[in-house]
Amino acid sequence: MSVTRHALRNFTPQRHDVIWLLLSLLAVWGLHIAHLPLWINGLMALIFGWRWLIESRSWSLPRMPVLLPLTLLGIAGIVASFDGLFGRDASVALLTLMLGLKLLESRTSRDFMLVIFIAYFLTVNAFLFGQSMLVAAGMLIPVTGLTAALIGLQKPQAASDQGLQLRLALTLLGQAIPLMLVLFVLFPRLPGPLWGVPKDSYKSMTGLSDRMRPGDISELSLSGATAFRVSFAGAPPMPSQLYWRGPVFGYFDGREWRADARAAYLPRESLSVRGEPVRYSVTLEPHNQPWMLVLDMPSQLPEGALASPDLQILAREPVRTRIRYEGVSHLEYTLADQLSPVAERYLLQLPQQGNPKARTLAEQWRAQLPDHQAIVEAALRIFRQQDFYYTLTPPPLGANSIDDFLFNSRRGFCEHYAGSFAFLMRAAGIPARVVTGYQGGELNPVGEYMIVRQSDAHAWTEVWLPHRGWVRVDPTAAVSPSRIEAGIASAISETASLPLLARRDYPMLRKLYLNWDAINNGWNQWVLGYNQQKQAELLSRIFGASFPLSLLTALFIAVTALALGLISWVLLRDKTTRDPLQQVYTRFLRKMARAGLQQAPEEGAQDFSRRAQQQLPMQAAKIAAITALYLQLRYGRPSAASLQMLKRQIRNL
Amino acid sequence: MSSLHPVAAQIIHATSSIILGKEQQIKLALACILARGHLLIEDLPGMGKTTLSHTLAQVLGLQFNRVQFTSDLLPGDVLGISVYDRNIGAFTFHPGPVFTHVLLADEINRATPKTQSALLEVMEEGQVTLEGETRPLPTPFFVIATQNPTHHIGTFPLPESQLDRFLMRIRLGYPDPQSERALLQNNGGRAHVGEVEACISAVELMALQAEVDHVHLSDALLDYLQALLQYSRQAVDYTAGLSPRAGLALRQCAQAWALMHNRDFVIPEDIQAVLPGVAGHRLQWAVGMESHADSGLHLLNAVAIP
Repeated sequence: MSVTRHALRNFTPQRHDVIWLLLSLLAVWGLHIAHLPLWINGLMALIFGWRWLIESRSWSLPRMPVLLPLTLLGIAGIVASFDGLFGRDASVALLTLMLGLKLLESRTSRDFMLVIFIAYFLTVNAFLFGQSMLVAAGMLIPVTGLTAALIGLQKPQAASDQGLQLRLALTLLGQAIPLMLVLFVLFPRLPGPLWGVPKDSYKSMTGLSDRMRPGDISELSLSGATAFRVSFAGAPPMPSQLYWRGPVFGYFDGREWRADARAAYLPRESLSVRGEPVRYSVTLEPHNQPWMLVLDMPSQLPEGALASPDLQILAREPVRTRIRYEGVSHLEYTLADQLSPVAERYLLQLPQQGNPKARTLAEQWRAQLPDHQAIVEAALRIFRQQDFYYTLTPPPLGANSIDDFLFNSRRGFCEHYAGSFAFLMRAAGIPARVVTGYQGGELNPVGEYMIVRQSDAHAWTEVWLPHRGWVRVDPTAAVSPSRIEAGIASAISETASLPLLARRDYPMLRKLYLNWDAINNGWNQWVLGYNQQKQAELLSRIFGASFPLSLLTALFIAVTALALGLISWVLLRDKTTRDPLQQVYTRFLRKMARAGLQQAPEEGAQDFSRRAQQQLPMQAAKIAAITALYLQLRYGRPSAASLQMLKRQIRNL
Repeated sequence: MSSLHPVAAQIIHATSSIILGKEQQIKLALACILARGHLLIEDLPGMGKTTLSHTLAQVLGLQFNRVQFTSDLLPGDVLGISVYDRNIGAFTFHPGPVFTHVLLADEINRATPKTQSALLEVMEEGQVTLEGETRPLPTPFFVIATQNPTHHIGTFPLPESQLDRFLMRIRLGYPDPQSERALLQNNGGRAHVGEVEACISAVELMALQAEVDHVHLSDALLDYLQALLQYSRQAVDYTAGLSPRAGLALRQCAQAWALMHNRDFVIPEDIQAVLPGVAGHRLQWAVGMESHADSGLHLLNAVAIP
């Protein structure tokens, strides 16, 4: 055993083993090809081609003068491309490049083993970029290939059968599946991610923003990505009631709506609800913002969530992994039947100047109309009766954006309508604010859940009326009722610019997509979403009501320790023989090691002793005596020399 | 550290006075002789191959014959021939140069395979069989063959099966500057071979040879020996692994080496000392593994001592 382990570094793998490994590495590269810069992909293609030529034409491997500049250039290139070597993208690029370069200098089994282990690691790294079922399935190809390559490297003789290796690899992986399932289900889940993921992993997440400018939401609407999925406990509410509450903006600076710091210190708005609650659970895709989308109006906080005074539901930190939570909402409610003077002042805030035409119009209404309700209706009437258009591609607006929109272009998306409506209300003395979130959603009959996409992003307003509290007014509904009733696709005429999956044509494609999404949803729910809480639920269902999770943890620690112990025993067994003489001699070697002298595996005791005597002339006589005695005991005929004597001498050293 | 066996020390000292600065090679050659094996010395012309073998024979008190192998040498020129004697009316056998203690087969690879194999048969058998009559060779008998590197012009390289007959193959190499200076000052070399006196007799040599067999081999040592053999067979570095005969040769030489170092048991260092000589000509690099490194040393570096 020790012979083969030590000898491994000297094997040169067979040509077909190397070519097989190259193919597996191509599969690993394939996992990352989409998120590597073009120049790295080009370089990798060159490296693979070069290595293949080395194998097939028996070229010699490149030497240090070629490899070293190549490595340094590669690192410099990565630093230039990513502004540094750290972070997810740069690290994966670096790892890929190093894998390629290592491949160029790999000659012995030992080198190739290293390449294979880097490749395994690089394969797992694909999960940093996506955790969908496709990514997981895609990993099976390189993992199988690498395992077969590993088997190929381990067999000593030339007799080689790629089919056999592949079958063996598949068998091994197949045998690992039950273990994997058991570990997946039973291994104690940690409350958070095991390790932090580099920050740049989140940069590409899309979703609602903490401010709203004209054009923001229409831009978001171009994305077909899923925002979240909802499954209702009972029948889902009507489409026109599906307002998913997100960020609430109470401050307007003339250009954009946002939440002012003051908003957090306003008194909490009281909520009283009527009617039946709607219960549902939301699986929210990560969007790197704290908002947890809930149906208007949330009457019960999801577990672990916070609520702002104006009823935004927030997670304790930005949502960076897919989370699932239970929501309870009421469709009939009264929010804030009283408004404190501080809150009223905040909610009537407008910039000192700008948009004079809108202000004049609002003043007019205030003077002429009897109450707030009438003013709201007057404003909605403008939207309904004048030729306003609902469009994804509104023309750019001037400095007085609201005047420009209301009296000039009259083309806008929901944020234009909500923003200008809230402005008009405030100018007319009615407390108003903008709410953003999502509206609608598509019911997937396959999995009986609702998909809400980024293209469903929406903005609407809330106005505060005496005795009625906050009332939701959606000016977009006045312009384009079908947007609210039937979704965005029916409201936008230029469908070409909408994401394919939000469109209504191609029924076959849609059906296929819905099926696929249902499968993905299952994956998200059962595989990715299998957290501590779900584990506890599952275990109590299997083992009875109160299964102590701590017992499981203890059990796993015990089993892991046992397995580790067993493995190290097997590995170390032939190193530290149970032969008492070898144990005593090992003590001597340890003493020598402390003096900086290490016996090489192939170095005999006498050669070692000679070396040690030169290094430690003071101890030379003792070392010589110990070695002579050891050699006599180990290799000589049975004689008077005793182990005790050797022990004593070593102790005295 | 163990000092040399007094007799061995004497022999080595005497030989070293002629072959300057080649103590390690002399020791290996002596070990080969003590292990009752035939020795192959491979090197360029003029490196002292002949001088070494001549000196050794002289120091060991043995009879010495030299045959220069050429491409027209016939088996009879080595083994001897029967000639019709008219005086007695019968064939009489004229023994060839092979009937001696030490036969120096100079430049063995210049002879044709036919002559080579005749010699190699004798090496194996220790007797000459001609025309149905078997004539034993004197004991001790061993061959010291020299050969030029095989890529030299006009050589018939010995096939592996015949290389295997030689217990050990050594190379002399150029002398170090100091020895060369001494040589140039006429302090050694061929001219002085005649001056060397025998240290032991043939009978004493045979006694020493018998002693070699009694050197102890422990289990731990055999483990190491087997690990070496196993590696040579498993690694893809070589065309073929070491044969059981090579294993026996290793054992025998290591025993001789241990005896020369005044020890009655073999330690791994003994094997390591003789292995390059014993295994070097038996281990051929596999295609694609050709290296300038010595294949025997490579084996030693690859295998840990258990």
